[in-house]
Amino acid sequence: MEKQVLVIFPHPDDEAFGVSGSIAKYIDEGTPVTYMCLTLGEMGRNMGNPPFATRETLPEIRKQELQEASKVLGIQDLRMMGLRDKTIEFEDPEMLADLFTDAINELDPSLIITFYPGYSVHPDHDACGAAVIKAVQNMPKAKRPKVECVAFSHNCEEELGRPDVIRDVSDFMDQKLNTLEAHKSQTAGLMEGMKKRLQANEEELMNWIKFERFWTYPFNER
Amino acid sequence: MTKVQPLIERFVDQDVYIHLETTNGAYASHFGEKPFSAGAYIRNGKIKYSRGKITGEGPYRVGLKMEFGWIYAEGITHWELDAKNRLLMAGHDKDGKLAVALQISETPFE
Repeated sequence: MEKQVLVIFPHPDDEAFGVSGSIAKYIDEGTPVTYMCLTLGEMGRNMGNPPFATRETLPEIRKQELQEASKVLGIQDLRMMGLRDKTIEFEDPEMLADLFTDAINELDPSLIITFYPGYSVHPDHDACGAAVIKAVQNMPKAKRPKVECVAFSHNCEEELGRPDVIRDVSDFMDQKLNTLEAHKSQTAGLMEGMKKRLQANEEELMNWIKFERFWTYPFNER
Repeated sequence: MTKVQPLIERFVDQDVYIHLETTNGAYASHFGEKPFSAGAYIRNGKIKYSRGKITGEGPYRVGLKMEFGWIYAEGITHWELDAKNRLLMAGHDKDGKLAVALQISETPFE
């Protein structure tokens, strides 16, 4: 059992796809989970037809959705970090790593979940993951928490091998689907198609929902 | 168009803040809809324009003439003047995806 889990992602809804089952499972086991969400997804493109938001109202909507998703999962400690969507890779990596170091010192997590730098498609994902790795790499080896990374680039399995952590979250499937649904400004279209496929009991999709896959980050000795 | 033109002119010859962005999405390459992702973004560029015009058959084009240059956006389909008196213009494709935004404000955007 983990003592404290720290989830660090750049966008509202990043937690929903591959990690919400794990979050629900840890909270169910009594492990506190902190979610640091770096931005409010201000650059989201799915604005609806007719549009339900402008560039200026979108962050407020996504903030509410993020709070709703956290409620669904039972996250007590949601931290919205006030950075801006699509700017993470341009920020000072030291500043980002310091932000994460402070949180690690405060919370003393036994497990951190973030994106695998270089294998997570969106520049914000890669930059977020890289800064988390930097923060943990800077710690003395004995004190480092485990870091589990999400990766989904086309080349990830080819280059990283198969994920070494496959977590069965089938008991938390409803919470996972409700989390995805809470981010409706981003996922409404997706959910429609998904519900049909779920009714058909499509194996690949069920498998994707019931099992979450992570790569444990291999830190250099030091 | 006839409603937006006077709103664009309302900001002529004064310092205004501009938000201009265009994108085909960070996932464009991943999902293979385009050979590569491209976009551009300026938030709170402080400018002054001497003339501004909306034109086209819809989607519309908006151009702002500055002392030493131009700003323009193509593909505008939606607009509103919000409670903070900011002119928010945007272009959405048929799926509702934002493709372009041009916004003009007397005060900096948050």
